[in-house]
Amino acid sequence: MDQTTLNYIVVGLSFALYFGIAIWARAGSTGEFYAAGRGVPPVLNGMATGADWMSAASFISMAGLIAFTGYDNSTFLMGWTGGYVLLAMLLAPYLRKFGKYTVPEFIGDRFYSQTARIVAVICLIVASITYVIGQMTGVGVTFARFLEVDVTTGLLIGATVVFFYAVLGGMKGITYTQVAQYVVLITAYTIPAIFISLALTGNAIPSLGLFSEHTASGQPLLAKLDQVVTDLGFASYTGHHTNTLNMVLFTMSLMIGTAGLPHVIIRFFTVPRVADARWSAGWALVFIALLYLTAPAVGAMARLNIMDTIQTGEIGAPEGNLAYENRPQWFKNWEETGLLNFEDKNGDGRIQFYNDKNAEFAEKAQEFGWNGNELDVNRDILVLANPEIAQLPGWVIALVAAGGLAAALSTAAGLLLAISSAISHDLIKSVINPRISEKGELLAARIAMTGAIIVATWLGLNPPGFAAQTVALAFGLAAASIFPVLMMGIFSKRVNAPGAICGMLTGLIITVGYVFTYLGMFFIPGTNLLPNTPDAWLFGISPASFGTIGAIFNFAVAYLVSMQTAEPPQEIQDLVESVRIPRGAGVAVDH
Amino acid sequence: MSNENGTEAGKAYWKANLALIRNCLIVWALSSFGMGILFRPLLTGIEVGGTDLGFWFAQQGSILVFLGLIFFYAWRMNKLDHQFGVEE
Repeated sequence: MDQTTLNYIVVGLSFALYFGIAIWARAGSTGEFYAAGRGVPPVLNGMATGADWMSAASFISMAGLIAFTGYDNSTFLMGWTGGYVLLAMLLAPYLRKFGKYTVPEFIGDRFYSQTARIVAVICLIVASITYVIGQMTGVGVTFARFLEVDVTTGLLIGATVVFFYAVLGGMKGITYTQVAQYVVLITAYTIPAIFISLALTGNAIPSLGLFSEHTASGQPLLAKLDQVVTDLGFASYTGHHTNTLNMVLFTMSLMIGTAGLPHVIIRFFTVPRVADARWSAGWALVFIALLYLTAPAVGAMARLNIMDTIQTGEIGAPEGNLAYENRPQWFKNWEETGLLNFEDKNGDGRIQFYNDKNAEFAEKAQEFGWNGNELDVNRDILVLANPEIAQLPGWVIALVAAGGLAAALSTAAGLLLAISSAISHDLIKSVINPRISEKGELLAARIAMTGAIIVATWLGLNPPGFAAQTVALAFGLAAASIFPVLMMGIFSKRVNAPGAICGMLTGLIITVGYVFTYLGMFFIPGTNLLPNTPDAWLFGISPASFGTIGAIFNFAVAYLVSMQTAEPPQEIQDLVESVRIPRGAGVAVDH
Repeated sequence: MSNENGTEAGKAYWKANLALIRNCLIVWALSSFGMGILFRPLLTGIEVGGTDLGFWFAQQGSILVFLGLIFFYAWRMNKLDHQFGVEE
């Protein structure tokens, strides 16, 4: 059986499973559509949150980000997990106690203002739409590489699958599908990692293998890797090479962005009790950590594998580099996708992979007769190519394809639900037609979901050319606009409607303004006011790190404006008191 | 809205929660921003698997600490819920 057929079978089986769950878990009421009837056990919710949270970026891109940068990109590991501590302590239990369906609903009620609610809907839709584009393109790429269909067909197939279980089952269908998707994606991620770790270090647990001895050289793996990369002029793997302030702010942005992303927060509305929301955050991090503790090992080991594959012998020796005609099969497969490129600059028929931007090493390279770096590796291929690089059996490769799709589809579904419930519940039910019936709202939710899927698919087919930057923007927006008002809404009784609205708008505008200054107005190339380089950044703060600053402004403005205006009415202060204690959460279930 | 909201017990419960959150967040910040980034230069002498303790904290230690913190918080809060009689 050839590889493509095998890929079709494994991916087809995983899709059949999702369809089966969709039919089993149909939503019959708005309560089931928005919050799965609040009957999801905390461990299962943790698993679903894991799949909801871990997107194509976590599954496909993260190990590559770490592999080609090393220590400096530890920010992703700390940032994308540390947010769960904030979620567990600062948001999830209280929002669950509040007992409604959407994030803007809390903001609207707590700040007794339709304006605040609508501003929150706008922040939510902007953050979620930008995030969903990345997922849809991830689906397209995975299909194109493994199932040999074109990107458009792949995207349409993916959209149809999501349409089926998300529209039919709402949060209930999405939750149980996400549980299945988690199992698929974690298996797909772990198996190749175990084999690679065994091959390089003899340790079956990749996260321990990372800190063990490299069997072939007898050196510690990381010391060996540092040596291999610095010998070819690259920056050391374990060294710190970037601006420390920026690293701190970027990590913080990812943390508070994680805690402020509505599609993650609403997952905690599905558990039966307040205490379950706390435990569930812990379980979510357990399931996320299984991948996040493995990712740095995958990154380091894959980097070492690639370096060793290309630089087969002594550096500078004529026979020291891999001859292009002897390149392995995976190399050929990925060349076809255009994500791996070789250009024989010195015409010796061999591949030279080194850092030609390092002036010191460039001199040496010239002596060797090298004429510039000849290999261009897209860091996104690393995880997908891993099983082929490690020469694992065909079914593992097929499983990785199914895993990549599971990661992208599960996150897309969660985001689409957050968008559609904001439209049907926060706009239609609350602003446009408050007298809509339960059945009418459920239908509206399904239509909104269908609309959201169509928009997301269209954006996936016509990505605005800035897909890579949009995820950073989504985090920045969630960090700067949503997280601070949620936190103040719970921890302060004094912050009022004008304060919250001014705070949100300040956070939103200043963050978007900073991002557009460097990346262009609406990301249109050439419209940026300043070049996007570390030298031009204010105090060395990158646009992706700016969410932290936006959040600080949001907090400060909300506080100052609230202090200058009347305190919230008594019933709002009572509401704050009530979300702070768990007792009475059951009452809210059937509101 | 329940009656015990404004009572002394409710206030004491919230105060205890805030103190617990503060302590947990200190550990949270120390393990990530502290050990993983800012204090890494001070930890260079402590070797872990071919590199230093700061690298380990940045790539693994902080995540393990986060996990411990959330479960510790959930466990402590369950006890506080019962102690102050505000459990569900």
